[in-house]
Amino acid sequence: MSQPSSEPARLLVVDDNKVNRMALSRHLELQGHMVETAENGKEGLEKFSSGMFDLMLLDIEMPVMNGFEVLAACLKDPELRQIPIIMTSAMEELDAVVKCVELGAEDYLTKPINPILLRARVNASLEKKRLRDEQRKLFRTFATKEVAEELLRTGFSLGGKQVTATVLFADIRSFTSIAENQDPVETIDLLNRYFSMMFDAITDNNGTVNQMMGDGLLAMFGAPIFFEDHREKAVRAGLKMLERLKEFNQEQCEQGKTQLHIGIGIASGKMTVGYTGTQNRAIYTCIGDTVNLADRIEEYTKEALHPLIIDNYTREGLPDDIKLDDLGRIIFKGKNQAVNVFAVRGE
Amino acid sequence: MTLLDMNTFNELKESTGEDFIKELIGTFFDDAVVQMNEMKIAIAAKDAETFRRAAHSLKSNANTFGATELASLARELEMMGRENNFEVGNRLEVLKEAFESVKKELSELR
Repeated sequence: MSQPSSEPARLLVVDDNKVNRMALSRHLELQGHMVETAENGKEGLEKFSSGMFDLMLLDIEMPVMNGFEVLAACLKDPELRQIPIIMTSAMEELDAVVKCVELGAEDYLTKPINPILLRARVNASLEKKRLRDEQRKLFRTFATKEVAEELLRTGFSLGGKQVTATVLFADIRSFTSIAENQDPVETIDLLNRYFSMMFDAITDNNGTVNQMMGDGLLAMFGAPIFFEDHREKAVRAGLKMLERLKEFNQEQCEQGKTQLHIGIGIASGKMTVGYTGTQNRAIYTCIGDTVNLADRIEEYTKEALHPLIIDNYTREGLPDDIKLDDLGRIIFKGKNQAVNVFAVRGE
Repeated sequence: MTLLDMNTFNELKESTGEDFIKELIGTFFDDAVVQMNEMKIAIAAKDAETFRRAAHSLKSNANTFGATELASLARELEMMGRENNFEVGNRLEVLKEAFESVKKELSELR
């Protein structure tokens, strides 16, 4: 028999029948895995919820809580649903097994267990999990966590939908001259430190950093996953960005290094979101008047000499503790109508 | 005539090891006595769920060792439990006899 190499994994065997538990554990231990057991569904779910396991072998027919109920509970949990579950059952329970696989079980095995099939199914499930984890990690590096999860859940397709959300643009003031006057390695390092700081401020407020263009960034609030207070969250993220930058500049100043100054423009309203590009190379982004307005407002921060400016619709979504200055009505390039904008003074 | 499907039994023995299978057989014997007792009590109490479950476990274990005849007797009782049918006649006695024969054979193989 060929012995496919596999990493030792932590497995949970849930079965009310002692002979089954013993035989399954023995097979799996001989295959190099670490095994724990549970005698009924309830105990199994409790142990599995610890998040310590790479895979669960779950009997269907059990007292207290049957395998079907355990499976359903695991699939409802965003973390547990990532861990493969293999159903084990008697041959004549195939109807129930089919139901479990349709519901989301990774695979199934009939009892008595055939050790060769057991090895193959467990290893295949662990391998699939490993690939999925890797894919998720990769997605999260290049897309945001939210976009990654949506991609994994619904798959990729070009095209958009209309939503109401908030867009935030941020840009570093006179970055070109900063870049010209220092070593490229140092510039990249400076940018990376800057972005990591801004990302934290944005994601802490449920925002999604969508694009980075040179020294600029675009973040969305309320899309791809909608939440009611997207306007407030965006403004709080903007304030947090400025606060973090202030600390950053203090450190830079102490070390005699370059300080950064930014402008942030925020606008809310209807926009089209979705994947644009080609089948091979695409990004999740947003387009529309609202997005253009946020961009224009960001540019206007230079002229207005205020780092954080928002439009009127964003203002309407803010609680009283956020202090604003009315900057009046401004006619932006490419717009016919004047737009009332506000400078955010602080919380 | 052998009561065990020797292919199944040997496969189990070879894949789990001699010492382990002795322990596993012991557990099967102990649990079978409990399961048959549960079935008897469940009939008297008209408790179809307990009856069915005990028969199900006995069937499962019999299959593990390749005791196909014993397994099909247990399975028949499991189905009756599923249908709430307690008219088991002498099936429990037949089951017990089948178990004793399997026990004898497995003890010799042990």
